[in-house]
Amino acid sequence: MQNWSALTRRDAMKAALLGSVALAAGNTGAARAADKLKAAWVYVGPVGDFGYSYQHDQGRIAVEKALGDKVATTFVENVPEGPDAERAIERLARDGNQIIFTTSFGFMDPTLKVAKKFPKVKFCHATGYKRADNVSTYSARFYEGRYVIGQIAGKMTKSNVVGYIVSFPIPEVVSGINAFMLGAQSVNPNVKVKIVWVNSWYDPGKEADAAKVLIGQGADIMVQHTDSTAPLQVAQEKGILGFGQSSDMAKFAPKAQITAITDDWDGYYVDQVKEMLAGTWKSTDTWDGMAKGMVVLPPIVNVPDDVKAMAEKTIAGIKDGSIKPFGGKITKQDGSVVENLDDGAILSMNWYVKGIDDKLPG
Amino acid sequence: MRIELEKRAERSKTLAWASPVIAVLATMVTGGLIFAALGKPPLAALWVFFVEPFASLWSLEELVVKATPLILIGVGLSVAYRANVWNIGAEGQLTAGALLGSTVPILFNAWNTPATLLAMLVLGAIGGMLWALIPAVLKIKAGANEILVSLMLVYVAQLLLDWLVRGPWRDPHGYNFPKSVAFENWQTMPTIGEGRLNLGIFIAVLIAVVLAVVMRRTIKGYEVRVMGEAPRAGRFAGFSADRMVLFSFLLSGGLAGLAGVIEVASTVGQLQPNISPGYGFTAIIVAFLGRLDPVGVVIAALMLAASYLGGEAAQIALGISDKAARVFQGVLLFWVLACDTLILYRPRLVRGPTAEAAR
Repeated sequence: MQNWSALTRRDAMKAALLGSVALAAGNTGAARAADKLKAAWVYVGPVGDFGYSYQHDQGRIAVEKALGDKVATTFVENVPEGPDAERAIERLARDGNQIIFTTSFGFMDPTLKVAKKFPKVKFCHATGYKRADNVSTYSARFYEGRYVIGQIAGKMTKSNVVGYIVSFPIPEVVSGINAFMLGAQSVNPNVKVKIVWVNSWYDPGKEADAAKVLIGQGADIMVQHTDSTAPLQVAQEKGILGFGQSSDMAKFAPKAQITAITDDWDGYYVDQVKEMLAGTWKSTDTWDGMAKGMVVLPPIVNVPDDVKAMAEKTIAGIKDGSIKPFGGKITKQDGSVVENLDDGAILSMNWYVKGIDDKLPG
Repeated sequence: MRIELEKRAERSKTLAWASPVIAVLATMVTGGLIFAALGKPPLAALWVFFVEPFASLWSLEELVVKATPLILIGVGLSVAYRANVWNIGAEGQLTAGALLGSTVPILFNAWNTPATLLAMLVLGAIGGMLWALIPAVLKIKAGANEILVSLMLVYVAQLLLDWLVRGPWRDPHGYNFPKSVAFENWQTMPTIGEGRLNLGIFIAVLIAVVLAVVMRRTIKGYEVRVMGEAPRAGRFAGFSADRMVLFSFLLSGGLAGLAGVIEVASTVGQLQPNISPGYGFTAIIVAFLGRLDPVGVVIAALMLAASYLGGEAAQIALGISDKAARVFQGVLLFWVLACDTLILYRPRLVRGPTAEAAR
């Protein structure tokens, strides 16, 4: 009883002080927010990165648009993938959110820990591999898009050197490099890929430096698996071509961007929230690609028509399943040969295909 | 015309106590204006920042968890800075401590008794000390600038950690993701209650109290102060500047290492590329906010931890961006330091050229 009186006193004080309904709801849990479904997102970067976190936030906005006043959404940005993540996620659960999307790999264990404490709250964790009754995972087959841009790069490079800026050597990134190389080799056997690790998802300064170094080493196509627009802007400055990452970066480098690998989470988020509303939500493992529209390439520009036609044909092939980036025989860097990789092999990839001018860190 | 700061002949005891209060009030006014300019209800925002972190048991626990590494590192740094020894690399010593401490659960995974945890903590402190020994020895033997050396070693330590968790220390069942095995039972700090509150805070406070006594009541404390304020006088008294550099680095490095291993054995629970959101650097601010006094550091650490929690709460409750929350933190620091400065100095309007220009 004492707790209860303390709570009401606090709430009364708050109401008197602030007259703010939103805040009171924020502290008292799910019971009072029964009329609206509360959904929350946790981002690793700023929503203004115009890359990965921005794209997830577009998905959140899509949920608001699609479901209107049936949902109330919140987000926390710039959450570091360390000891602070668990607190941020738990705070959202305590605030009465019924479904929480944790959008970066490093949130995996914190998400699982909080999920254990809040069995009634549903969680969806992006790009991880641990699930529970109330924890789903979801990711996109980014590598499909990378195969396509690899083909375009293979056709467009004159120096036969492609610069590739990467964040962390996790399987998602490594499979992206390999898919890119396989695409490039399918049209140009002489192409070389030079790699710079910047050890960050979002560091415009480092990414720009890496781009300049790669161009200095003869790269005439710029590829990135980091989230800022800096590499493309450097590419535009130096008069070479490149590809955007996570979101369409055309407006930052209209002359340099050929296309981009954009993540489209709108459909997934709207579906998940709809299932919550219908009471049919179940823990699932989602890994969709171009066919389902989770990976989208914006219109291809700045290349000749025949290259564009080739790329569009490849996209159609990947969509209908006739082209599989990791199908067929693949020669590894060490010379051994593997065939028709399954999802498990792609999800745990830690080797390079032949022709990549780099050694995997670690 | 310009403003000059003039040292006050004596400082007022009352003002020294009132200063933090004035600072908080000034922050509230400035912060309220900023929130109003952002179109957020100022009172609600201030409530979230100042009261929410203390308003529930859970957030109090989280506050203490967040403050633990800041206290441990901050008290060590406060002693070093008092001695005029500038260890800027606590973040690297934290990482080194976490690494050496983690050798126990990673390399001897089957060993899981209370002695395991003890070994981890001891090795953690030793790891931090060893890492701090490098700038200390380079300063003593070669006259190298300890600020630069200790700072650069931060990046070396972080890259070493990065390499280890991506390579040799990677969890073999972890799908090649960069994480070590998860620490369990006696490989982690015993928790208290349901949340993340753990033994670490008691270790931190105990060490802060011990250092407060050492600094106030012992010859060692006297030596630190003398070597910091008047090294020449200290030398006449028979104190060695080299020994003081060594002592300061070993103490602050060891405590940072201890903080590191406590973090990986509690909130993180394993080794991974990111184990600290910059605690080693934030602790520098904490040390100065706490006026380089161990007890002050404890209070400053809690205050800074509260501002992080408040910033997070403000994002969720009010939709204030992360950036605005950081601005608010900056305003708080500004007022605290400004008020402290004004206790020691008197601003004075001066006409004419500066003293240097006149010469």
